[in-house]
Amino acid sequence: MQTQLGSAAFPRLLRRSLSYIPSILYSLHSLLNLFHFFRFLSNSSPQSQKHKEMASPFLSNTTISFSSSLSSSSLPRIAPSIPFSSIRSNSTPRRILTVRSKIREIFMPALSSTMTEGKIVSWVKSEGDVLSKGESVVVVESDKADMDVETFYDGILAAIVVGEGETAPVGAAIGILAETEDEIAEAKAKAASKSGASTPSAPPPAPAPGAASTPAPPKSTPAPAAPTVAEGPRKTVATPFAKKLAKQHKVDIESVVGTGPYGRITPEDIEAAAGLSPSKKNVGLAVVVETKPAAPAKAPAASAAPSSLPPPVPGSTVVPFTTMQAAVSKNMVESLSVPTFRVGYPVTTDALDALYEKVKPKGVTMTALLAKAAAMALAQHPLVNSSCKDGKSFTYNSNINIAVAVAINGGLITPVLQDADKLDLYLLSQKWKELVEKARAKQLQPQEYNSGTFTLSNLGMFGVDRFDAILPPGQGAIMAVGASKPTVVADADGFFSVKNKMLVNVTADHRIIYGADLAAFLQTFSKIVENPESLTL
Amino acid sequence: MHSICFQATGVPRSNYIFDSCSPALAISKPINLRFCGLRKEAFGFSGLTHSSSGRVRFSSRGHSKKVSASAESNGSPPKSFDYDLIIIGAGVGGHGAALHAVEKGLKTAIIEGDVVGGTCVNRGCVPSKALLAVSGKMRELQSEHHMKALGLQVSAAGYDRQGVADHANNLASKIRSNLTNSMKALGVDILTGGPQKVKYGKVGFPDNIVTAKNIIIATGSVPFVPKGIEVDGKTVITSDHALKLESVPDWIAIVGSGYIGLEFSDVYTALGSEVTFIEALDQLMPGFDPEIGKLAQRVLINPRKIDYHTGVFATKITPAKDGKPVIIELIDAKTKEPKDTLEVDAALIATGRAPFTNGLGLENVNVVTQRGFVPVDERMRVIDTNGNLVPHLYCIGDANGKMMLAHAASAQGISVVEQVTGRDHVLNHLSIPAACFTHPEISMVGLTEPQAREKAQKEGFEVGVAKTSFKANTKALAENEGEGLAKLIYRPDNGEILGVHIFGLHAADLIHEASNAIALGTRIQDIKFAVHAHPTLSEVLDELFKSAKVKAAALSHGPVSEPVAV
Repeated sequence: MQTQLGSAAFPRLLRRSLSYIPSILYSLHSLLNLFHFFRFLSNSSPQSQKHKEMASPFLSNTTISFSSSLSSSSLPRIAPSIPFSSIRSNSTPRRILTVRSKIREIFMPALSSTMTEGKIVSWVKSEGDVLSKGESVVVVESDKADMDVETFYDGILAAIVVGEGETAPVGAAIGILAETEDEIAEAKAKAASKSGASTPSAPPPAPAPGAASTPAPPKSTPAPAAPTVAEGPRKTVATPFAKKLAKQHKVDIESVVGTGPYGRITPEDIEAAAGLSPSKKNVGLAVVVETKPAAPAKAPAASAAPSSLPPPVPGSTVVPFTTMQAAVSKNMVESLSVPTFRVGYPVTTDALDALYEKVKPKGVTMTALLAKAAAMALAQHPLVNSSCKDGKSFTYNSNINIAVAVAINGGLITPVLQDADKLDLYLLSQKWKELVEKARAKQLQPQEYNSGTFTLSNLGMFGVDRFDAILPPGQGAIMAVGASKPTVVADADGFFSVKNKMLVNVTADHRIIYGADLAAFLQTFSKIVENPESLTL
Repeated sequence: MHSICFQATGVPRSNYIFDSCSPALAISKPINLRFCGLRKEAFGFSGLTHSSSGRVRFSSRGHSKKVSASAESNGSPPKSFDYDLIIIGAGVGGHGAALHAVEKGLKTAIIEGDVVGGTCVNRGCVPSKALLAVSGKMRELQSEHHMKALGLQVSAAGYDRQGVADHANNLASKIRSNLTNSMKALGVDILTGGPQKVKYGKVGFPDNIVTAKNIIIATGSVPFVPKGIEVDGKTVITSDHALKLESVPDWIAIVGSGYIGLEFSDVYTALGSEVTFIEALDQLMPGFDPEIGKLAQRVLINPRKIDYHTGVFATKITPAKDGKPVIIELIDAKTKEPKDTLEVDAALIATGRAPFTNGLGLENVNVVTQRGFVPVDERMRVIDTNGNLVPHLYCIGDANGKMMLAHAASAQGISVVEQVTGRDHVLNHLSIPAACFTHPEISMVGLTEPQAREKAQKEGFEVGVAKTSFKANTKALAENEGEGLAKLIYRPDNGEILGVHIFGLHAADLIHEASNAIALGTRIQDIKFAVHAHPTLSEVLDELFKSAKVKAAALSHGPVSEPVAV
């Protein structure tokens, strides 16, 4: 009897102990890091220049508050030992004090004008990694896209202040960059003070004066207080089952982004990371009927849901918004504050269709044709390209940037064709292709999705004949394009013919654009589409 | 000579105060409810009129009650008492004692300040069994593998939280009314009271006095909440709240992995929660036989959505508020250094129970509680600070802390009644079984293996261990529930059963064969000839007894009874 029992237990125990072997986990982790690195390399090449421009503001250029607080206390005491004169020759006296320890903060970048906080998707680098200028350090998710943030300095990533899956307000320190190994301990202490104290100005634990004289503490033995405090913020919170699944499927839990309440990693996150479909068991468990309004313990998870909402239908599941979906939701609610109206117009597209057939082999898309047509019409009607920012004035935009709504992985994004009136059709098409690819890869730069002055939304490919678009905040008008359909028309002479007709419907801000303005614009647009030769010029 | 007097005040849950009660004193200080305390008669009233008896004052509005017991040597006729026995606390212990007292012909009253049934019926074993019944069924229905093996097809199982909560509540009220009715039917006076009745009388004035010859304290216990833990009843809860099942959190931390914690982990995981155990000792389920604990962990913890932190104390638990989750700060149990911080949706404090003896005024009869527990001897007689017995005063159940189980309290109560009716009786606590109603269940009686080995070393005997598995039991296999183990710890030299531990299907029901054997002193060599119906789970124990190797010397005594043809 005993042996029977023992043999049943043994393999299970063995399996468990195997999964603990650190080397496996370690190699897995490093592989993942490599993967991140290559992904970044391949992405960054075309726009690396842009990346740098983008990233540079996010790394604080001036040396930081740490050193200033240091200068007031410990520096005067060690001043005699420092050859002031030599330093003074290189830089201003003020900088001497601040530059001594080159510890820099990595800030949460503002990736779009609407972004107030960002979520750390993943740290490409881990603590202790040596960074060289231009390397990608961290991936940040804004309300629109995931972006690689690069370092503008060489150095060592001394400490991660905001861990993966956590969010930080724009401008908050998310990591600490030390220039040399000697400064790692100080940087860690700084990180500890950053995360430990609620006020960022709290002085760090005073380091021994004269960092050069004290031997650099080895990386593995940081200051006594550091381990618990410094690891606090980057701590990954995963539910018990998520941890079990991660072990089972050999998923590195640190690499998973939590989508659960308070950013915790849920079993579903692990399943997604392991490429599994949600297990049936979970589906079964999800069938929970709550006959009363959300129970107290669940209330925080339901966040802003008004308590007056009716109880969920039996069997329903609640899926929180992604960052992108949350941004869409916010914008849509905001749009309600703008008084809008709509004007529809039938456009004959036989000529456009013929042109499309001709230029299609050259890579021109219908989106590009319509964007170009709209841009040309807008050039003649700058009012429709304007916007009302404050409710008191017109803001005329110098560029005609056509934003085109694209549905993407459960989200909605509007890549922008900048200067669509000036670019020729072929360049425009090529540009559009690039934008779509970047949008799919969540690699759009902020100005590539938030600089639109007029939006185009086309549902014609689904056979929709007409629809109504919501005006995005900050723009004057949006055009909703239906399908082009063969229609019987009677001309002025009473002759019947069949023409392809397309209904376009423009929603506009009536504070600045009135009915006649929109009608005139639509008439121009219709003429351009009906005589599309000008589009190819 | 002194007299003893109890007063029950009307605070929520029963709260009683002992009082020396010369009538004069009682009347002169009627206003302050808490004034009265149990104390030695200061100015020995030599008893011109009431010399031979103390009194129980019982207010008709149930607001304040005074109970008094006679001094041991009063020799007065029982007629001078209103009751032969008064029991303070109508929990399972008090109920068991009351029923037995009536059977023995004692005029009995039971005082309850809250609701009849006590912890077990209202906030403990009873409602939790309702929840566990649901969790067991959910578990079965959810186990696709298990269902398939039986050839059953069930679509996704779901539950209605309120329905489950109602089931638990209905069960508690039903058992409560059964308990009340059984006592009423037998003629036990139930003196209930509570703050809701204050309006019927003058505050603080004891307008009714009841006297009794003997008094049993059976005031029970309340959940113990260590300091630093803020219980808000919503996200940080005790078993009292959890049994109402007002919510099923996505992730709940359970502090303490004893019976209560373990049972709730079974309920919560079956209802879809994930559970994190926090245990101060180095291993989970510290009270169980280590081998059973290990197996239970393999079955009840590891495959479920449970993780755990052992060797840590939760020093601070903050309820969820301001958009923050429940935050639990852990320190190392040994080094006291901060170890971890957990963020969960709810925390259940299952760190044991604290005796509910505050305000009894025990200090006035010179009795000092130990961490709240009333010190008693092996006959449940209350011991004062000088080590002397307080005559006619007994304490049973959780309030004495000997064995904090409902049925132990009841057994202790019965033992007391036996004594006051003239038959000496000492309860053998090693024969009291205990059970944890997880799926499958865990049950035990007597010593664990380490305890037995320690005792054996001290007393110089050998310890034998026998085990059988549920995997070999026909009935268990028919139910497709072969996971389980029964373990017998015994003395090979004389066949004495020292302990039995069972983990498996219906373990809680199976244990009684062993506990009865221990209580009756039945030896293995005798019980192994008892016949068990086939096929039943009880054959697990049959096989267990048969597999024990009792030495030939013991066997020579032979079965107790000679075979008799009937």
